[in-house]
Amino acid sequence: MSATGIGAPVLRREDKRYITGKGQYVDDVNRYGQAHAFFLRSPHAHARILSIDTAEAEAEPGVVAVYTGQHLADDKVGGLICGWMIHSKDGSPMKAGPHPALAQGKVRYVGDHVAVVIADTYSEAKDAAEKIVVDYEVLDAVVDTAGARTAGGEPVHEVAPDNTVFEFHLGNREPTEAAFARAAHVTKIDLVNNRLIPNAMEPRAAVGDWDAGTDTFTLYTTSQNPHVARLVLSAFIGIAPEHKLRVIAPDVGGGFGSKIFIYAEETVCVWAAKKVGRPVKWCAERTEAFLSDAHGRDHVTHAELATDAGGRVIGLKVHTVANLGAYLSTFSSSVPTYLYAPLLSGQYDIPAIYVEVDAVYSNTAPVDAYRGAGRPEATFVIERLMEVAARELGKDPAEFRRQNFVTSFPHQTPVIMCYDVGDYAASLDKALATVDYVGFPARRAESERRGMLRGLGFSAYIEACGIAPSAAVGSLGAGVGLWESAEVRVNPVGTVEVLTGSHSHGQGHETTFAQLVSDRLGIPIDNVSIVHGDTDKVQMGMGTYGSRSGAVGMSAIVKALDKIETKARKVAGHVLEAAEGDIEFKDGKFTVKGTDKSIDFASVALQAYVAHKFNGQELEPGLKEGAFYDPTNFTFPSGVHICEVEIDPDTGVTRIERWVAVDDFGVLINPMIVEGQVHGGIAQGVGQALFEGTVYDSSGQLLTASYMDYQMPRAYDFPRFSVETTETRCPSNPLGIKGCGEAGAIAAPPAVINAITDALGHEDIAMPATPRAVWRAIRRTPQKMAAE
Amino acid sequence: MAMEMKGEVVLPADRMTVWTKLNDPEVLKSCINGVQTMERTGENTFAASVKMKIGPVSAAFKGNVELSNIDAPNGYRISGAGEGGIAGFAKGGADVRLTEVPEGTLLSYDVQATVGGKIAQMGARLIDGVAKKTADQFFASFAAACAAEPVVETAV
Repeated sequence: MSATGIGAPVLRREDKRYITGKGQYVDDVNRYGQAHAFFLRSPHAHARILSIDTAEAEAEPGVVAVYTGQHLADDKVGGLICGWMIHSKDGSPMKAGPHPALAQGKVRYVGDHVAVVIADTYSEAKDAAEKIVVDYEVLDAVVDTAGARTAGGEPVHEVAPDNTVFEFHLGNREPTEAAFARAAHVTKIDLVNNRLIPNAMEPRAAVGDWDAGTDTFTLYTTSQNPHVARLVLSAFIGIAPEHKLRVIAPDVGGGFGSKIFIYAEETVCVWAAKKVGRPVKWCAERTEAFLSDAHGRDHVTHAELATDAGGRVIGLKVHTVANLGAYLSTFSSSVPTYLYAPLLSGQYDIPAIYVEVDAVYSNTAPVDAYRGAGRPEATFVIERLMEVAARELGKDPAEFRRQNFVTSFPHQTPVIMCYDVGDYAASLDKALATVDYVGFPARRAESERRGMLRGLGFSAYIEACGIAPSAAVGSLGAGVGLWESAEVRVNPVGTVEVLTGSHSHGQGHETTFAQLVSDRLGIPIDNVSIVHGDTDKVQMGMGTYGSRSGAVGMSAIVKALDKIETKARKVAGHVLEAAEGDIEFKDGKFTVKGTDKSIDFASVALQAYVAHKFNGQELEPGLKEGAFYDPTNFTFPSGVHICEVEIDPDTGVTRIERWVAVDDFGVLINPMIVEGQVHGGIAQGVGQALFEGTVYDSSGQLLTASYMDYQMPRAYDFPRFSVETTETRCPSNPLGIKGCGEAGAIAAPPAVINAITDALGHEDIAMPATPRAVWRAIRRTPQKMAAE
Repeated sequence: MAMEMKGEVVLPADRMTVWTKLNDPEVLKSCINGVQTMERTGENTFAASVKMKIGPVSAAFKGNVELSNIDAPNGYRISGAGEGGIAGFAKGGADVRLTEVPEGTLLSYDVQATVGGKIAQMGARLIDGVAKKTADQFFASFAAACAAEPVVETAV
């Protein structure tokens, strides 16, 4: 392993500019003559717009234009789309209501876009918005996830009279019913997977620009997938054909899924740029982010687990109501369906599984993918069930899991997924040793002596990354293929630019991708640059989400590098006057086998471009290759996290005392970056478990719209994590890597709640387990109080 | 976001005096913090504009005020609804009862209000504080308008 190759903990090359304020984010983009947009948002969760009077606002100082949904309709600008078709169990397609970028006729959540004011300055736009008079007829709001279908009143969308988007199911119903009929024990659980607000450090922003000379648009936007944004804005919304629309996603300060989607604001900014003949800029205020970034999770679930007399799991039944909010966001329909139900088998060999998911509309912000997207929800269900079942059966939760682990591979689950490789017991053993499981009773006794409650909780998660084989997801309803592209451009001096369709918004691609190239071509890492986030530079790409950049994005680079090496060998053969088959390539040098005749990579690059030593008719000059890589399977990262908590029964405050993460991510490109991803994921997962809860009141007002009321996790809330790995090499991609970006967020919530319920001695606690909730839960357990 | 406030205050004036003041738009206007205009639009209806600062949000509400359930001199219900532009909206009402007590008149109130949009997003702790302060200021001013300071104030 070289100091900068695969497996080396290379410091992140991009961090210097991030931490010294030299990053170039969308808000750093300022175009000559730009105007500023302010969006007037609905104060009502559900209301008919009877009239909008913008005359007074238009007369305000600095105002360039005021637009409403009518202007978009007049210009035949299409609505925002949901790119994944889900069919109900009766075969009917999901009921997608209209989603105009600016409201037409109705507003459907607090924060919905009513009008845009474009002015010389942002302050002028905001002031002028005060003068817009909107006459609303307020309607009853649908808010409650479980009650949305029976809410009565006017539905959120006409197309869905009972607010049901679809009724999805997956698995084998009859065998599942049969398993429950012969079960020795059935464990039942009701769970709420709390709604989360993403909170990327950089709020969403957009600058729309239009070049009158060429009739070409440029959109700078906080996107995780600029090419998908361009595709949607072109093909569906109709801003401009793709060759007339350039989308640039420069430095992006975190996304966690929330920047996958194509939102109203960037649509309006790029459309309005031509309309007003000036660049139009918008940057969200933090409260706008709370209101209008697509939220995550929001499931209400009843689940049952059947076990036989020997403690083997023989069946799983899950019924979930998933709240998709007021509109179907870009990939929202896929999250509680194909990103959720196929993961419910967990690490376990469960012969019969049947899952039903009812997706509902409500008068709340749209819900879509958020770090883990469906897999945290699935893991919460199965890992809470396994823990509760073990307790009910009087079994050790670790051994109960071990007894039910999948141990032979490939393993076909009843819910689509075919697990390719894994060693779940290896991760469990390492986690038990690292946390000192045998020492736990003594630690608990010591806590009890101090009047504290101590608990330990497991989470043995599996997830599916590397999304995804295009034909497979196409058959499940995806509107796109999920391959990735790469282009490797070798310059005549031997430096390399890699153009990738992946997008980095904090993951460290400029380091890890360069490590791969440095390793493969034997050139210094400083000679490699990674280019991404610009549709004029990178031909096409599918972007970054679902921990796919390593498994899919880097595999595309490998494929392009294969072609580079093949061609470079030919050039080297000509230069060294040897047969191509006699050329060896190692450590950046092409050598004629068995001789000391060699030429380094940079010299081969120069020879490829000067083309003096070979016939340009037989071998093309230049050294540049591209590749599209379509994965053959999902990848299946897995692992065991153990959380140990201590609770102060007087205050209900939960302190995490130990956190052990043992993950199998396959081959690691950069273990330091992997560990950072695990840390961040755990923090977000613990945020969900202990702190973060989105609250809408019964009228649909968002009560947690600022950091005063929405608590994010902080460094203070965590112990030092013990992060370990095991390795089974992923067989479906050339690098053997699985993906690590979401694992922590997927694993953490059940580990925390399993630990808290272990400490409490009962299962009656919901997320977020705030001190108040825990304090109340303690008062529901007199036996624990007596033990103090 | 729904809010409720209940309380009572003893005003050192006879009930008829208090009732008259409660029905005088000029008195109400001078006692409610931030009222810019308050004009009678009907026998028991008024058009009002109010400017308030709620935490970082400056809101200019335009709306209507209505008196109903009038039961002179025992009490009435005062209700209103206002749109505050980008600040959001507020609507609600207060049932006001007047009872004769040895010290003068006991005014009891029961307020139910709903706010929405930016104001609600500020968070309950901020809004409740502002609501309480607005009510306290009103009664302090109203007591003064009734020509004396309140003798006893209790919140229940």
